[in-house]
Amino acid sequence: MRTMLEVHDLSYRYDEKTVLHDVTFTVEKGEFFGILGPNGSGKTTLLKLLSKELAMQKGMITLNGTPLVSFSQKELAQLVAVLPQNVETSFGYTVKETVELGRYAHQRGLFPKWTDDDERAVIEAVERVGLHAKQQQGIDRLSGGERQRVYLARALAQQPSLLLLDEPTNHMDMAQQMNLLDQLKQWTNEKRLTVVAIFHDINLASLYCDRLLLLHEGRVVCIGEPSDIIEESALKHVFDAAVRRQAHPVVPTPLVTFLPKIEPIKKERDVLDSLKVTKSQEQIVVAASKPFKTLSSAVVGAGFQWATHFVNRHVPNDYCCDDAEEEMKQYLKARSFNVHRTVGMMTAVCLEDAAYVYRKEADVALYTVVTAGVGNAVDAAKAWEHESVAQTIGTINIIILIDGQLTDAAFVQAMMTATEAKAKALYDEHVLDPNTNTIATGTSTDCVAIAASQQGAVFDYAGTATPLGKAIGRSVYKATVEALRKYRKRRGDVEC
Amino acid sequence: MLLGISIGSLSIPFSTIIDIFLSQWFGVSAPHPIPDNLVQIVMAIRLPRVVLAFFVGASLSLAGAAFQGLLKNPLADPYTLGVSSGASVGAVIVLFFHWQLPWIGTFTLPLVSIAFGLITLFLVLFFARAVDRRLSVETIILTGIIFSAFFSALISLMIALTGEELRQIIGWLMGSVAMRGWNYTLMIAPFFAVGGLLLLMNSRELNAFAFGEAIAAHIGVDVAKRKLIILTGASLLTGAAVAVSGAIGFVGLVVPHMIRLVIGPNHRLLLPLSLLYGGAFLVLADLAARTIISPRELPIGVITSLIGAPLFAYLFLKRTKRKT
Repeated sequence: MRTMLEVHDLSYRYDEKTVLHDVTFTVEKGEFFGILGPNGSGKTTLLKLLSKELAMQKGMITLNGTPLVSFSQKELAQLVAVLPQNVETSFGYTVKETVELGRYAHQRGLFPKWTDDDERAVIEAVERVGLHAKQQQGIDRLSGGERQRVYLARALAQQPSLLLLDEPTNHMDMAQQMNLLDQLKQWTNEKRLTVVAIFHDINLASLYCDRLLLLHEGRVVCIGEPSDIIEESALKHVFDAAVRRQAHPVVPTPLVTFLPKIEPIKKERDVLDSLKVTKSQEQIVVAASKPFKTLSSAVVGAGFQWATHFVNRHVPNDYCCDDAEEEMKQYLKARSFNVHRTVGMMTAVCLEDAAYVYRKEADVALYTVVTAGVGNAVDAAKAWEHESVAQTIGTINIIILIDGQLTDAAFVQAMMTATEAKAKALYDEHVLDPNTNTIATGTSTDCVAIAASQQGAVFDYAGTATPLGKAIGRSVYKATVEALRKYRKRRGDVEC
Repeated sequence: MLLGISIGSLSIPFSTIIDIFLSQWFGVSAPHPIPDNLVQIVMAIRLPRVVLAFFVGASLSLAGAAFQGLLKNPLADPYTLGVSSGASVGAVIVLFFHWQLPWIGTFTLPLVSIAFGLITLFLVLFFARAVDRRLSVETIILTGIIFSAFFSALISLMIALTGEELRQIIGWLMGSVAMRGWNYTLMIAPFFAVGGLLLLMNSRELNAFAFGEAIAAHIGVDVAKRKLIILTGASLLTGAAVAVSGAIGFVGLVVPHMIRLVIGPNHRLLLPLSLLYGGAFLVLADLAARTIISPRELPIGVITSLIGAPLFAYLFLKRTKRKT
């Protein structure tokens, strides 16, 4: 039989107040099943019904195919262990004595003998939670996290098939939470242990659970895999809190972040006008008075980053470094930039040739900085013909600061639009790929940063048909052409 | 124990006592003859008194340990449930009305007393159950307090109405193990055996209850049933002890605490040790009661409190110091 737990049409009421309405779900063997819901949604009541702590009123719960009501307390304890949210601390008991209680259900007779099996199960459980060294200590002298692990060990000493957890990681620090959940997850895989756990933390639930049940006012909102359940509108409805869903950077599961309800920091008017641009031989620094949400391919601060400083640094022609990112960070730190708030790029181009374009239209304002060198210009469509990477100088760095709120889609489209405008500039300036003698589309080391103030006008899209896209295309084209011309003039290029 | 038999208004050396035991129980004749009156004193007065003191002390502290563990209340003692008040009411009624039931004669008092104790237990449990079907600890304690208060008032009422029996009633209420003879000792024995066994069998359950009833249920304890068994066992012990010796305070409260301070709260050790030390404690207390102002006797309850309280305070202080 594959089904561990089956709950059918379960309802429960305390006096006049119904706290569970027709809850139905099944949990398979070896599954890690999470229950999510705000306070008062009936999570704990549901768990108490499963552990028989509350007597069932209406509905059906079957365990391994047998109705829950037909289990005696002892039979149930051989199958199901519970780790409740709050455990009264009992003074004076040692860790081992506490864990030994877990063997109660497996002992028989009036004065049962302590068997080798009992001893083994206890020792194993204590070791599993990493408290072997402390087994003779009084539990009242342990930290909250350690104590929770003692109670987990007792639950494990019961050698259950089903483990019920009510916010198991309460009172634990981050590392302890992860350790505990990692371990539980491992047991569900290795020992076919079934876990049903209440979670407070949506992200932890998303990381560890095979399936989730979303409970709201005693009703099941939805059941499914985290990627299906963790959905902005459902969470907003259930938790009544604004959340944003994102992808986990490593694990294929969604993460949510909560949006604080603090008043948006007073919109600064003309935030682009207050930009401080410092130009020198060594670097161009664009400093903003507030952080800009930035999507970039820069050396430092790649991906999404909130940044106040945008640094385009000049490096010598023969700059070569195994770990350019680390070297760039050191460079920024040495100049007292906050590395976490800085987007840093490099170029070998003479910084005096940079082009600066400020555009302000009716509903769009943006500021663009471009440095261009095309020594290693590449035609992307023919790049495969290149045998080796050209070591000549030349990079087109584009920084665009926009006053407005961009969606993720708008960020990506802004990037596309900027790239297309750049390619067109190269086309019009007739920049050739020296290897293939075809028109180049860029250089091999180009970099783009799209930064948005995330205040004021909202831009859902930034494609070439939108006002923002049009402004980006126009600015980037203009700046790139200007920078290219300056660059070529300096190099005495006579092609154009 | 030997000490308890030996010392009295007439001191008897250990060797003589052992000789008496040997000759009385094993037919080994002593090397030199022992005066009959000494044999009489040892076998009919001192020994039963010491054994009775031991039973009473053991019963009270065992019951106290169980109540404290089950109710998770350090101030709980054998009298928490009101059982002793009930038993006292029974005894005082007997003294007040000069009852003498046929056949049992002088045993009217202890038997009525035990009967009242048991009736009280069932009343308390019945009432607590009517209030709260799950028999939660709070309900039990509250119910016990209500019944205790009511019975105490009854006793006070009878004392107020009484005349010449006053001294007798007060004397009984203060408790004593004096001049009871083997009959009393034999009477408490079966209750002691049954109640003690019930509690010792439930030491693991008591450990589980220490973590709360929910936890106890989670690890497989049939909470309602076990609670009832433990309460019954402890009440049997208390009722029987009160019936044969009156209300002797402090033993049930202090002895388990002292044991707990020394060996920790694990009931598998706590219960048997409370039994032994509680018995020994009362034997010594009784010894002190009859020797300090010999040949007059002090009420044993005074002694238990006088010895118990400072000892408890000392242990408590020592433990607190060690902890910090």
